Amino acid sequence: MQAFTQLNGIVAPLDRANVDTDAIIPKQFLKSIKRSGFGPNAFDEWRYLDHGEPGIDNSKRQINPDFVLNKPRYKGASILLTRENFGCGSSREHAPWALLDYGFRAIIAPSYADIFFNNCFKNGILPIILNADVVDGLFQAVEADEGYKLTVDLATQTVNTPDGQSYAFEVDAFRKHCLLNGLDDIGLTLQHVDDIKTFEIKHKAAQPWLFN
Amino acid sequence: MAKTLYDKLFDSHVVREENGTALLYIDRHLVHEVTSPQAFEGLKIAGRKLWRISSVLAVPDHNVPTTDRSQGIADPISRLQVETLDQNCVDFGVTEFKMNDKRQGIVHVIGPEQGATLPGMTVVCGDSHTSTHGAFGALAHGIGTSEVEHVMATQCLVQKKSKAMQILVEGELGRGVTAKDVALAVIGRIGTAGGTGYAIEFAGSAIRSLSMEGRMTLCNMAIEAGARAGMVGVDDITINYLKGRPYAPTEAQWDAAVVYWKTLHSDAGASFDAVVELKAEDIQPQVTWGTSPEMVTAINGRVPDPEQESDPTKRGGIERALQYMGLEANTPIEAINIDKVFIGSCTNSRIEDLRAAAMVAKGKRVASNVKLAMVVPGSGLVKAQAEQEGLDRIFLDAGFEWREPGCSMCLAMNADRLEPGERCASTSNRNFEGRQGQGGRTHLVSPEMAAAAAVAGHFVDVRTML
Ligand code: SF4
Repeated sequence: MQAFTQLNGIVAPLDRANVDTDAIIPKQFLKSIKRSGFGPNAFDEWRYLDHGEPGIDNSKRQINPDFVLNKPRYKGASILLTRENFGCGSSREHAPWALLDYGFRAIIAPSYADIFFNNCFKNGILPIILNADVVDGLFQAVEADEGYKLTVDLATQTVNTPDGQSYAFEVDAFRKHCLLNGLDDIGLTLQHVDDIKTFEIKHKAAQPWLFN
Repeated sequence: MAKTLYDKLFDSHVVREENGTALLYIDRHLVHEVTSPQAFEGLKIAGRKLWRISSVLAVPDHNVPTTDRSQGIADPISRLQVETLDQNCVDFGVTEFKMNDKRQGIVHVIGPEQGATLPGMTVVCGDSHTSTHGAFGALAHGIGTSEVEHVMATQCLVQKKSKAMQILVEGELGRGVTAKDVALAVIGRIGTAGGTGYAIEFAGSAIRSLSMEGRMTLCNMAIEAGARAGMVGVDDITINYLKGRPYAPTEAQWDAAVVYWKTLHSDAGASFDAVVELKAEDIQPQVTWGTSPEMVTAINGRVPDPEQESDPTKRGGIERALQYMGLEANTPIEAINIDKVFIGSCTNSRIEDLRAAAMVAKGKRVASNVKLAMVVPGSGLVKAQAEQEGLDRIFLDAGFEWREPGCSMCLAMNADRLEPGERCASTSNRNFEGRQGQGGRTHLVSPEMAAAAAVAGHFVDVRTML
């Protein structure tokens, strides 16, 4: 996993609440057996006017000029600004894969759905929670100023604006550690093999039917 | 100290804990074709093995055709995904119910049906509706693909304990009011993010009197309320359902298991972080009108008017939903005509669901404006049982199609889908934009209500037909 330390990037505003994972990456793209290549189909149904299918050449498709990510001013954005309950719906990890492949490394919203939130950390994306008023203010700032950038610093847990404002955010210590160092969870867990084996023996003695 | 069911299940699986993050031991891992290929690939690349092969059970369900399967899968990309699962199961020694096995079906239907889901278990699957299995007094939730790989390699999940919410439904559900209506009414009350950060326990006399099928429907929808896990305490209904199932324990082990299982309920006086109470008598048959399960009302209600909403984010959401759904504010729900009907999905495709829908459809005809009404059983065994009871004849005589088991039009990854603008009465669980096909318009209902709508050609109060 790619480490996340500091990010200075263009902010793209997606002004909708309850953006679900079906919207982030429609199901026809879930047929892939790979982890990469989902970026061109992120937000597919909003981003294009015609219907997308895996395997077709996206560069030949009809772009929806009204969709915010298609506006030239947000080209190259690496920070997604959005509203409540982002990432609700299915557990598909294709959603963070698509956002990452598109180029987003951080998301800012007032709240997220649990599974999506968790999946972000496993893929080197930092989902930041800021309160709704702050998010509102950021939407206005982005709107007002073409090329608006924010700096996200994971070590100090702050989001910093060009005019010197700094907003602190919370992040779980273990997740922060993994993200800062790009650590793979499996390797970390396997450091506790003995604990797992000990537990398993005890568990099997108590409920042998679980091991049939 | 009095413990909640969630406390009991969580605490009994903690391998180790550090700074509030636990390593939780996983008893059952269910696997399907969509969220597993990248996990198996990860294991292969790292040279890792499965920690406990017997804990894994695999089945293809999302991509499989629901029509004749003798020719295999026509779509080459879907076929590759199913073949990849087959190959991975061979390579890693995992038990798989393959597409043409009569035990094949939707992963959340076959787990319980086989007794592979048992009380007291931790159950995971790379699918958000894994919450279904909580109906058995198990701790079950959906995980992402990285976690699928993690559980495969370590038998554990890195997990923080959630808060506990109790949803208490006391009283008696009216005739024609089902577990699905309870689920939708709950989501209508607390919203799709209302359960975020919580594990929900459903309790109260109305829940106790639900069958296992009904409890599964309810726990299945816990994720639509934002909760990763839903659960119901164990009682005789749970135990009777499991007896004699292929993966359930037998003889002395069964007796020992039952003694333990009977302890799996919240203790009297256990405290919850949140309690939500509903009166069973207040719940009417529900119909969603929008693009989120919380956009729901009773059958005798109307499509809402965005003008009446003061919160601008919510008003915008309603306006966008009505536009997508092609609905006018204040339209009576019963005046909405439909084009298609889908009875199926891990929410409502079990034998009891099919019986209920068949009872409504019996001796009637699908209305002429309905282009397609399909019934997709949850598993091969449900299908066989239904055919033995003659339900297939009832549906076919009424003009429904009778299909092979799978996820089908719940998410339209196979050939079953809505065309742009088509309106569907669906027993599935998500009415998001494009869920059942790009531009498709989904209204979530119970199986009874779906069958009633099929016959009437528009939504109708099924209670007038019983
Ligand atoms: S039936 Fe629908 S919700 Fe259930 S597992 Fe299949 S696709 Fe997911």
